[in-house]
This record gives sequence, structure tokens and C-alpha cells, in this order.
Amino acid sequence: MGKPIKQVHLAAHFPGVNNTTVWSDPQAGSHIEFSSFVRLAQTAERAKFDFFFLAEGLRLREQGGQIYDLDVVGRPDTFTVLAALAAVTERLGLAGTINSTFNEPYEVARQFASLDHLSAGRAAWNVVTSWDAFTGENFRRGGFLPQEQRYERAQTFLDTALELFGSWRGDEVVADAASGVFLSDAAAGSFAHKDAHFDISGRFSVPRSPQGKPVILQAGDSDGGREFAAASADAIFSRHGTLEAGQAFYADVKGRLAKYGRRHDQLVVLPAATFVLGDTDADAQERADVVRHQQVSGQTAIKLLEQLWNADLSDHDPDGPLPTFDPVVGEHTIARGRASVRMHRDPLATAREYRALAEAKNLSIRELIIQVSGRQTFVGSAATVAARIDELVQADAADGFILVPHVTPGGLDEFADTVVPLLQERGVFRTEYSGPTLRDHLGLDGGSA
Amino acid sequence: MTTGPHLAVALDAAGWHPAAWRAEDARPRELLSAGHWVELVREAESAALDFVTIEDTLGPRVDPFNPSGTGTDQVDGHLDAVLVAARVAPLTSRIGLVPTAVVTHTEPFHLSKAIATLDYVSSGRAGVRVRVAWTQEDNRLFGRRDIGEVDLADAKLGDQVSPVSQLFDETADYVEVLRRLWDSWEDDAEIRDAATGRFVDRDKLHYIDFEGKWFSVKGPSITPRPPQGQPVVTSLAHAVIPYRLAARSGDVVYITPLDRAEAVDTLAVVRQEQAVAGRERDTLHVFGDLVVFLGETTQAAREHKARLDDWAGAEYASDTRVFVGTPAELADVLLDLHAAGLSGFRLRPAAIPHDLTAITRGLVPELRSRGAFRTDYEASTLRGLLGLGRPANRYAAV
Repeated sequence: MGKPIKQVHLAAHFPGVNNTTVWSDPQAGSHIEFSSFVRLAQTAERAKFDFFFLAEGLRLREQGGQIYDLDVVGRPDTFTVLAALAAVTERLGLAGTINSTFNEPYEVARQFASLDHLSAGRAAWNVVTSWDAFTGENFRRGGFLPQEQRYERAQTFLDTALELFGSWRGDEVVADAASGVFLSDAAAGSFAHKDAHFDISGRFSVPRSPQGKPVILQAGDSDGGREFAAASADAIFSRHGTLEAGQAFYADVKGRLAKYGRRHDQLVVLPAATFVLGDTDADAQERADVVRHQQVSGQTAIKLLEQLWNADLSDHDPDGPLPTFDPVVGEHTIARGRASVRMHRDPLATAREYRALAEAKNLSIRELIIQVSGRQTFVGSAATVAARIDELVQADAADGFILVPHVTPGGLDEFADTVVPLLQERGVFRTEYSGPTLRDHLGLDGGSA
Repeated sequence: MTTGPHLAVALDAAGWHPAAWRAEDARPRELLSAGHWVELVREAESAALDFVTIEDTLGPRVDPFNPSGTGTDQVDGHLDAVLVAARVAPLTSRIGLVPTAVVTHTEPFHLSKAIATLDYVSSGRAGVRVRVAWTQEDNRLFGRRDIGEVDLADAKLGDQVSPVSQLFDETADYVEVLRRLWDSWEDDAEIRDAATGRFVDRDKLHYIDFEGKWFSVKGPSITPRPPQGQPVVTSLAHAVIPYRLAARSGDVVYITPLDRAEAVDTLAVVRQEQAVAGRERDTLHVFGDLVVFLGETTQAAREHKARLDDWAGAEYASDTRVFVGTPAELADVLLDLHAAGLSGFRLRPAAIPHDLTAITRGLVPELRSRGAFRTDYEASTLRGLLGLGRPANRYAAV
């Protein structure tokens, strides 16, 4: 007997504030008007996606001491826009990124429980952490958290929020007009929590929500992040969308579940994926090349290289060669407020790779950056992309993908219209939602089924 | 524009009376559902009311004037009001949405972008009612600060520093940060200039660099300037210290006079504080708050209240005037108070839907028949409804 055929999960990521998003495209619309959010969410729901996803950053990014102006800048408040989207969608999950460093558990738990009520069971929380004093300058707390404590705080923050979600059983509101008893238990919602980070007590003001608790997503790639996901997350948002890297990541995180007494199917692995479609594979390749050049302008190439070099390269020509000097090793001073800076763990080694590649292929700075940064995950005809997605999921490189369109708000339309029907024909993607809640869509415990 | 008072309703659970959930037409098991809130706000919108407020507290709701006898006989459990407003926004089109937000333990940066976003999803209909949290119970929910014992009676002592005056000074700082963050993007900051590859003109994004006694906030906001520029800031006030907050920072203040004479006296204090704050030329609407028990006849209204009081086992008490009577009698009272200088009213329906529909289908037609209320919306934003222009940006070069 063969392995059972897995069903693919799909989510739609609202295009982010980085150079993946092509704002200069003639089709590109607003990143802040509500109509753009409605359009993408309704497209995702029409295509029966599992959920809509919003990222968050709590300080505008800077480079060279100035606000970074080459990418999209500006975004809405996560909770507020998701609550509004609940009004214009019926089944689509609504996932938001909320930081565990610059919030408090009581308030976040109230907001997610409220969102879950207001969406009738469709809320999801992508728990992220940060430690930087740069972001902290916007908050009462300031930058208070040592880097090594960020996952510890995230874990205790989440544990505390879970206690609050669980403080109501769900049967306390009886609202019996005849007897005048509204609540069967005056202590419903009572909690007391004390650990190294939080010392709180009282009564939680939101009765149990339809899902009991929001779906928990986790996006960190570090060892600490993976462990956190294995312990506590329902889904993990990874960046490993290729076969080999995907399988390695998948095996790694699923392998960590047992020690927490969890089953394989209790953590859904969803790499982020970009895509470019075409009538033929060759056509798609051509379009992908155009998109890459839109995503990496000459100015953007210099700025991205500065993040590795940790130095001002504004006097360099993007159509010219790499700097003659080596990256500046030490504290990052050039770019602030973006996660990708932390990815350059060994800048000297990366620079050596860049030099070798540029020399071998005779690449300018811009062409080099186009090659080494963010190549699209899926490029091809709809048939090719559908087959590839199915293959990756069946091969346990993923359980599905969080798709990141590069144009707002229509960037998912072609995928919804052409790839999704092919996945449905293959019998690996739903044609109707099977239940009302996001837990139902993801096949998680605690759904309505 | 039609003359006459502005009208808002204060939505709270099944109504303001603690036994309102027991009425035949109440739906006490639906108070946490989106449909319930959408229906109420649409009802208010059908009468062209200026706005609704949505009550909120961090912890369980406690009504000190009408304490529960058993701990289980009143509505328990409520949702975050900003999210309720956002959920309702796309399904309404003209009415203002003013959720309550607690400012004592929360982050001004988060609330600023939340209200800005509410303004986007409602196309310019957002406001906020700021509220302090002063109890030890509230402190323990966050566990971050011990504010200590707060005696609300100190709010009457306008020239003394007290825990209450400190809480309100902090609130004034908080509102200042909300407002600076809303202005931290100029309206035309997004340029999408293909020639230079720049999405924004960073000279039109501003650090707010707020440094106060309680917190510092750098800015700019992550959310561009909202459609109204400055969403409407409101607060409820019973004494001079909260009047001062409204005078310094607010667009609308809800006051609680028991009669015309008290309304006149309070109005004078508010205006004096406004002058001290140097805001004489700014519009600060002073709304009277009234709890309303309505009926087709005076007798029916009294019976309506008596039935609710019977269920509660005590006569209803309130921090503000309690009106019992017909919509026409209420119109008399409101127009008299309006003539005395109150620019509008926030009516607290004792029982929902009964007293809400008595406002929308009884009071409003009555006011219209006297030429004292609009027959349809006359502006597309909440600021517009309140006669507040779209403000210049404090950071824009003139």
C-alpha cells in the first residue's frame, strides 16, 4: 500500500514591504486602502485558500540613518484590518503577525479571542519576537529584551495567552431570562499566572471563542524558533521552498514534535513561495526575468549589497563590479528594522561566494543581486506549477505554501484562476470548504468536525 | 446643514440597565456575535445618527452604581471595542464609529495605528473614546505597573496633584502621541516616483520624538495618515480634571449634568479650561449623556423601567441623568439643553433593542418634525458630520 495522497494547503500573503513587491507595475494598486485587502482576501476565498496572512513590522525600516524609500512603506494595524476583512469574507482564515515583545498577553489574548468571535472561528496568530532597541523606541518598554531571551519570552507569552483562552470552558453563559441567571459560574475566566516575565491575575473578559484559541503560526528559522514551533505551533511558516531544503526542514521540525507528545499532523509546514506564471514554461521564464529586474532596480541592488557589506556603497555603479574592499564585520550599522540583515551570518564568506559568481559569469552588481536574491519559487505554466506544488507536498518538502504575490492587489488572480483548478483536478485541493473554522481547513484538532 | 443637536448612541451589551438582557426582545446569547453589532449599528445609521460609541473595559465590566447581587445575574463577557467597530465598518457606510479604548496600560503606538486603520476601513468615520483604568484589578491584568490607590473623588480638585490628576496628565500625553503619529505622514508622502525609484518622499515622514514623564515614542507611524487626517477624539468626564483633558486634547466631551442648571455650570468650566489650554478657537463639542427609558406613553415608559428594576431587584442608578418618558418628552428635554449650550447628546439606551429603536424610530422623527435633526447624512466623514474640517498636518511646511 502506498502512502496516502496528501491534501495541499494554500495561504495568501498580502504583499510585503520589501523588494519582492513591485509597486512600479502599472497594475499595482494601493497598499493601504481597504479595497486592496478586500480584493486579495476575496480572491483567496474564491479559490478556497486556507487563510489570508498579514505580516507586521513596528518601525519603518532605515538604511544609512534614513527611512528606506525604495520599497513599499506603510501598512495597517493587523487586528483592525483582519476584523474588517471578517465582514467581507465567510470562510477564509485570517492570520496576523503579532509581536510578543512589544505587547502584553492579556491584551493580545483579548484581541485574538475577539477576532475569533467576530470571524466565527477563523483567527490565526503568527507569533513573532524581536529584541531590538530600534523598534523599542516606539513603545513604553523601550528595547528591554536581550536577544537570547526573545524565544523564552515568546514561549511564556504564548503559554500565558493560552491560559487566558482556556480560562473559559465555553458553557458558562446560560443567559436564562426566566431565572435571571446569566452566568453559571461567577468565577469563569479566572486566572493567575506567574513566571519570570509575567505576573498577572484576574478574570479574562472574553468568553471562549469558536476555535477555543486561535491557530498558532510560527515563522522563525533559528533552532530556538524551530523548537518553539514544535512545542506550541499549529503551523510553521518557513522559507525552504525547494525539494531538498524543504525536505530537510520538514523532517527536522516534524522530528522535534515527539518530545512534546505531539503527532506529525499537528504541525502544518508551509514555506513561503513566490510564483510567476505564463502560457508556456518559456513564457513564464521570460516574465520571471522581467519581474526580477523590476524587483531589483539598480538602486535596490546597491541597497541590498550595502546590507551585506555593512557599508555605504552609494558611490558604486550598479552596472559595475563589486566593491574592491571586503564587508565591514561587526555591529550592523547600515540597515535597521529588517529581518534579512540577520541572515548574513558570515558576511566575508558570502562576499567570497558573490565574487566568485560575479567573476565566473561576468556579472554587474545588479545582475549578481538578481541571481543571488529571492528567485521565484515557482516559474512555469499553470500545469507545471500545479505539478510542482503537488510533487513537493507529496514528497514531504511541505504541507502547502504561503503564496506571496508580487503585485497588489491582483497578483493572485491568475494563480486562483489557472493553478487552483488543476490542483483540484489532481484531487489534492479542496473544491469546497469542509467546515467553518480555520482549524477545520488545516485539519487540526479543535475544529468543528 | 440642518441645525439642532448632534445625536450619538452609546452601545453596551444588551443595554445600560443590568437586567436589560432579560427583556423579551433581547438576544443575550448573541452579544458576542458580529451579526448582533452589525444590526445595532445599522439601526442607528438608518436614523442618520452622528455616531455610535462602543463601551469597553480591559477586565470584566463592573457597574458600580448597580452592583450585582449574586455575581451571576448580569451580562458577563465582552469583545474588544476597536475590533467590533472594524467588523461593523465595511457593512455600514455613513455613521461614525467610536470605540472605547483604555489608555492607562496600553501602547499609544498600537492604538494610533488601530484607529488610523479603523479610519481606512470605514472611509473616514473613525473616532475613539479614551478611558483611564484606575483599579488594582486593572493593574493586575497587565502586571506591569502598580498605580497605587486612586481616589476618583480627587478628580474634583483641579489645582492638586493627585493619582487621578497624574492618570489624566498621562492620558493627555497619550492623546498627544496619537495625534502626532496620525500626522507623522504627510498626505502626499507616497509618491511612487518611477524615475528615482522612490515609493515615498521621506522628507514627508516625520519622527514625532515625543518624550514625556510616562513614555517616549519615536515614530513615525507604520500607518499612513488616515483619511480624516485626525480621527475624532472623545472622552467621558464628570469633574474638572477630566474636563481639562478634553479641553486640552478632545473633539467631543460627554458630560453628565442632572439638569439644565448643572449643564450650564459644567459648560462654563469646560470652556474656561479650553481657554486655559489655548484652544478657544478650536471646536470642542460638549455632549450631554442621558440614560433613556422610552415608551409610547409616559406610563408605558415608567412600566418599562419598573419591569427592569423588578428583575434587577433594585432601582436603576446612574452617573448621569436618567430620562423616563416618551420620545416627544425627550425631544423637549434635549432641545432645552441644546438651547442652553450643549451641542449634542450621547443617549444610553437602557434596553436594546427597545430603547434603541425608540430613539431611531421615535425620537429622531420627532426632532425632524421640529426641524431639529437632519433627514439624511450631510457629510461622508465623521469629522464632516461634526462640522470639524479636515485639519492641516502639524508637520507640513506651510
